[in-house]
Amino acid sequence: MAVRDKAGRPVVVVTGMGIVTSLGAGKSENWSKLTAGRSGIRAITRFPTEGLKTRIAGCVDFVAAEPFSAPLLSERLAELAVDEAIAESGIGTPGHFPGPLFLGVAPVEIEWPQRVELAEAAGAAGHATYDDMLRAAATGRFKAHHERFQFASVADHLAARFGTQGMPISLSTACATGASAIQLGVEAIRRGETDAALCVGTDGSVNTESLVRFSLLSALTTANDVPEEAAKPFSKNRDGFVMAEGAGALVLESYESAKARGAKILGVVEGCGELSDSFHRTRTSPDGKPIIGCMNQAIADAGLTIADIDYINAHGTSTPENDKMECLGVTAVFGERAPLVPISSNKSMVGHTLSAAGAVEAVFTVMTLMNQRIPPTINHQIPDPAIPLDVVPNVARDARVTHALSNSFGFGGQNVTLVMGLEPA
Amino acid sequence: MADAPREAWITGVGLVSCLGEGADAHWQALDAGKAVYDETTFAPYVVHPLALPSFDAQIPKKGDQRQMEQWQRTGTYAAGLALDSAGLKGRAEILGRTDMIVAAGGGERDWAVDSAIVSGLAGANDPGAYLNERLTSDLRPTLFLAQLSNLLAGNISIVHGVTGSSRTFMGEEGSGIEAVRIAAARIAAGQSDVTLVGGSQNGERKDLLMLFEFGGHALKAPYRTVWDRAGQPGFATGSLGAFLVIEERTHAEARGATPLAKLTAVVSDRAARTEPGAVKASLDRLWGRLPAVAADRAAVLSGATGAAGATDEERELLAARGLPVRATGSVAGHSIEPQFVFNIALAVLALGHGRLFGPCDTTGFEQPVAGPLDRVVVTGVGHWRGEGLALVEAVR
Repeated sequence: MAVRDKAGRPVVVVTGMGIVTSLGAGKSENWSKLTAGRSGIRAITRFPTEGLKTRIAGCVDFVAAEPFSAPLLSERLAELAVDEAIAESGIGTPGHFPGPLFLGVAPVEIEWPQRVELAEAAGAAGHATYDDMLRAAATGRFKAHHERFQFASVADHLAARFGTQGMPISLSTACATGASAIQLGVEAIRRGETDAALCVGTDGSVNTESLVRFSLLSALTTANDVPEEAAKPFSKNRDGFVMAEGAGALVLESYESAKARGAKILGVVEGCGELSDSFHRTRTSPDGKPIIGCMNQAIADAGLTIADIDYINAHGTSTPENDKMECLGVTAVFGERAPLVPISSNKSMVGHTLSAAGAVEAVFTVMTLMNQRIPPTINHQIPDPAIPLDVVPNVARDARVTHALSNSFGFGGQNVTLVMGLEPA
Repeated sequence: MADAPREAWITGVGLVSCLGEGADAHWQALDAGKAVYDETTFAPYVVHPLALPSFDAQIPKKGDQRQMEQWQRTGTYAAGLALDSAGLKGRAEILGRTDMIVAAGGGERDWAVDSAIVSGLAGANDPGAYLNERLTSDLRPTLFLAQLSNLLAGNISIVHGVTGSSRTFMGEEGSGIEAVRIAAARIAAGQSDVTLVGGSQNGERKDLLMLFEFGGHALKAPYRTVWDRAGQPGFATGSLGAFLVIEERTHAEARGATPLAKLTAVVSDRAARTEPGAVKASLDRLWGRLPAVAADRAAVLSGATGAAGATDEERELLAARGLPVRATGSVAGHSIEPQFVFNIALAVLALGHGRLFGPCDTTGFEQPVAGPLDRVVVTGVGHWRGEGLALVEAVR
């Protein structure tokens, strides 16, 4: 393979990957469970769910983060994923990563335990106002909350721990966040700004308020009784997504520098596409134009045509709206070939890892390429006749996969598609 | 890769703050050197309140305005002003490929709901069930979207039709620095021809003040100028919206757009700040990465916050460099994420007038200057993390 692509830009490869989801920590455990069709979705035990419409999630409870806060768990999950990715890549030296950090992370805010703590400290329990909480904050007793609840804190701590270069970028593009982090890394390498980039998506924000917020938007499934069967992308009876936690990390490098240091090439990030949607805050344009344009742009950016794509890692949230629109988009882009290109949703098993999803699913997409095996869309018992696609129902499948798309579509009209491939022999 | 170096021109500026809206209002207020602040509404804290614009002028649908909280309305409004200023409003073909990088924090909380719930939790027999019940019944479904960081960009897409790429950077002051740096780098490398960059803040928020007061960073009355906060460190939060249209030179020329200024360089870093002097050393290194800036016809617009340590070190560095300095935080407050963009916009205004505006400082560090102005170094030093510099030059 040439070190520059058809457009004359440095080719970007993946040399290390790490992952944590509700299925477990590490690529090996995740891949074996993912291809066995196992679900990580369970009843929530982290907080009381009495009275809530949705009481299930893909929580990562096996990673300690006490006292619990979303940024702390997000940081812990990212650390695990990055440790695994850097170890595999063998890049840099311990505590020195020779490139910038792009971190997809959920927006941060003070949570209920802190508010309660402040009200108590102000002696205003029972009639607390923000003035009381502010008075407590001014005592300096809660100094640690300042850094913990800064939006930059997770990235800053990771930058310090792994010794990434320059100012780390924290970003959010809703459910496309993880993919945007990869895209920023690809762009930086293509600009020749750096030979390597650490791209991470992390999300540990299953708490009461986050759950209620998505619930109020009617975005979540309420199929609480059998949690493992709740996420059913592309099925006729799909009724919303399942919130979940996790992290995915990728070490990206220019092919030239990866080869020069003798690194093992896991995959190639061949192209990125992005188009935003001006139709609605939570819904896609009815004509699907932005997601169609996004996929087409990604394929063109990779210098490929639709005939070259042999797998799609779907956004596949299991909401009625997303899956319908994603099918419309895929059908428009692939035309007659649409039913022949397998498309599966990891979210049927790991849930929707939100800010992490784009990175988590990029890792799974590269593993699909490496293993020549497509993870299934589980819980596909009642096919939706309006979705005449090959969703790889219920059972993993061996297949020849050379180039794959990974779709990420989010609230706020955010759409990103990545094209990943194998290093040509 | 592009053959000739691609220049990043600033072809549009959109501003709304406590100083009013638009270029003229900002120039006049700055030149008068008179700070606009409020010491009473959030007493004992000082804030710089937004001079409320008529949002209808840039956000014609009331339905859109209702879907946003104040920070989003402010930002969407300023973005519209920037597009107007660049002559891009309604140019669907260009807007459809205009990229966007927004620097954002989170939106405002509903204080009444938070206070009621936190009070009720104290006496609840089953706090968990109580929280579930109250959140489910009291949170407005749309509030989530009005708080969500990337929904400022989302609203700009909806209201103004900007639908190229859309990225939202978070992370306090550094997010604004990185937004401008990445926008300029993408343009230089041919990854973008035109990018809308900016952000907004509603600084009139108790929940926001609380976040900074944990670390002792919220400025308490009496108001003092930024360089005069020894013994009383901190910043007064400012409400503002600031957006720039950054455009590749030939793209701007081809459509006959007027360059307001050239964005020559943007550099940034993250000093660990474990040792005294780290901020100064970081800024020194960054200054060395800018093209050489001659001492004449040049000035510094500082984003100094007033935070203990960081501002003292920045002052030392600037004193050593010897250029005339203005800290805009004294006049319009500190808006965190969009402050760097705000200051680049103000640099553009000064370059347009060919001179620096008047000082606003009780220590004498800022001195009046009469000479002509061709270039401005804009500083951004995060109150706890992140350092950045931009060099903005006149296009003559």
